[in-house]
Amino acid sequence: MKGRRYAAMTLTLLALAARADASVPADPLESPMWEAHAKLLFGDDPVRFDPRVKVGFPQIAENQRSFPVAIDARAIAGVRRIVLMADLNPIPIAIDYRPTDSDAYLATRIKLDQRTPVRGAVQLASGEWLVSGGWIDAAGGGCSTPPVSRVKGDWAEHLGEIRGEAWPVAGPTPASRLRISFRHPMDTGLVDAIPTYHLEQLTVRDGAGRELGRMEIWASVAEDPAITLVPHAAAGDMLTVDARDTNGRDYHAALSVARQSPPPR
Amino acid sequence: MMLTRRGLITGGMALAALPAQARGRYAIDPVAVADGIWMIHGADAPIDPANGGAIANIAIIATPAGTVLCDCGPSLSYGQALRKVAEELTGQRVVRVYVTHLHPDHGMGIAAFDPGIVAALPGTIEALAREGRGYSDAMYRLLNDWMRGTELVLPGRPITTGREDFGGRGLRLLALSGHSGADLALLDERSGLLIGGDLVFHDRAPSTPTADLPRWRASLDRLASEPHGGLVPGHGPFDPGGRAAIAQTRDWIDWLEDALTRAVQSGLDMVEAGELPIPPRFATMAAARYELQRSVSHLYPGLEARLLPRIDQPA
Repeated sequence: MKGRRYAAMTLTLLALAARADASVPADPLESPMWEAHAKLLFGDDPVRFDPRVKVGFPQIAENQRSFPVAIDARAIAGVRRIVLMADLNPIPIAIDYRPTDSDAYLATRIKLDQRTPVRGAVQLASGEWLVSGGWIDAAGGGCSTPPVSRVKGDWAEHLGEIRGEAWPVAGPTPASRLRISFRHPMDTGLVDAIPTYHLEQLTVRDGAGRELGRMEIWASVAEDPAITLVPHAAAGDMLTVDARDTNGRDYHAALSVARQSPPPR
Repeated sequence: MMLTRRGLITGGMALAALPAQARGRYAIDPVAVADGIWMIHGADAPIDPANGGAIANIAIIATPAGTVLCDCGPSLSYGQALRKVAEELTGQRVVRVYVTHLHPDHGMGIAAFDPGIVAALPGTIEALAREGRGYSDAMYRLLNDWMRGTELVLPGRPITTGREDFGGRGLRLLALSGHSGADLALLDERSGLLIGGDLVFHDRAPSTPTADLPRWRASLDRLASEPHGGLVPGHGPFDPGGRAAIAQTRDWIDWLEDALTRAVQSGLDMVEAGELPIPPRFATMAAARYELQRSVSHLYPGLEARLLPRIDQPA
């Protein structure tokens, strides 16, 4: 009897341990923050590491205020959501993107507050998360030094300026490469007495007002946010971009996809 | 290699009292490149603990009035070891140190010298006063113990003349710019040797953190038009013919600007631009991918602001 009860307990413990393993797999990057972030972000959804989520970034963080990252999950079918995060940033998530009718591609620039893992996590329709990424070394202070435009004092003069262009991309589904950049200080709230002030929402629509993609944006995105997406819009199609910042200021932009593909490189 | 043999033999006594990290771990091997001029070839690599930041080339010039140095390395201990090697080599005390521009791999070694003998262009001294602290912090973070005891010291002698004479050996001082806001090049009148500073790289990709490309091109034109013999580049091997390194530097910055312009115009983001193919003709260049990715960081936002059209609409 005693032996059987002991065995049952062991089995229960093993099952619990197995369940814990299934919910948060061991981190190949051995980040001290992995478990905490994973539990918050993924909850009870299954998670696994998958190299098909390509997280691209340069070999050196030349500017810790503006570090380029691209997440390319186009090799995976059915991606519903793309999250860009840096574990050891005080504001870990940079962008939470839903490519409603877009390819699973997101590129932007983020702040780095210290050496940190930079990750892309993509969620499938099944709820499963696929994660990849790597460590990048960085000098401190990307989130805790004032933006250049605050130092220069000209941020308000340029607030609301948006630049962008869209080019058709060859492929089975008509798609375009959309690049868009805003002038915005993207204050983190961690510098002097400057309160948090950043773009927080962005939606891309086609000419008929149909949503092609939307995202939530945090202050760990670099000053003057530059974002690259691949919405499903063909050559000549109209695109609109609507965004809002944490003060409730609205931003609108409109452009049409170029008639021609980019020149060959 | 931790110590040069010469350093061991002659400097061993004096150095014995210093802490281990200051014991001249830098390999300082001057190679004769002209009559009375030696070049110390820095590592053709990024600043890294493996090289202690000793990546810049340095020139030692023997003159009747004493020893002249052109650039002095990344740290106090480098500067101290350099002085010992140079004075040993020429048998004369260092009487002048030129700092070609503000970057820390060339000038942090000033800490080992009397600022009164250290000369730099006024623009370099202003830039060091403004940004030297940030460079110093970055070097400490990257190099730790290699930097021990290194304080930011400003050159004490602003260069306001085009020539300096050292007991009959004349050096022409060319005040240029483009790699940074103020770049000094030196021309030795006796040998015709040109010391290009970081205006000229050779088989090591040029770096652009403070570059102004049109000015850089103008300065390269000026150096090319100046009659000279061999050339000591800021980084990379000695150029005995004096032409190849100037042409290669020019070729790289022209390619870089064109490639990044076309990348912006064809919709690439910064990660993709940093992964652009590098033409095979630059295959001999060390640190090419590394410098391309740094240059993307330096130059891309400006190109985007210039090339991407405004698309904002009234609210």
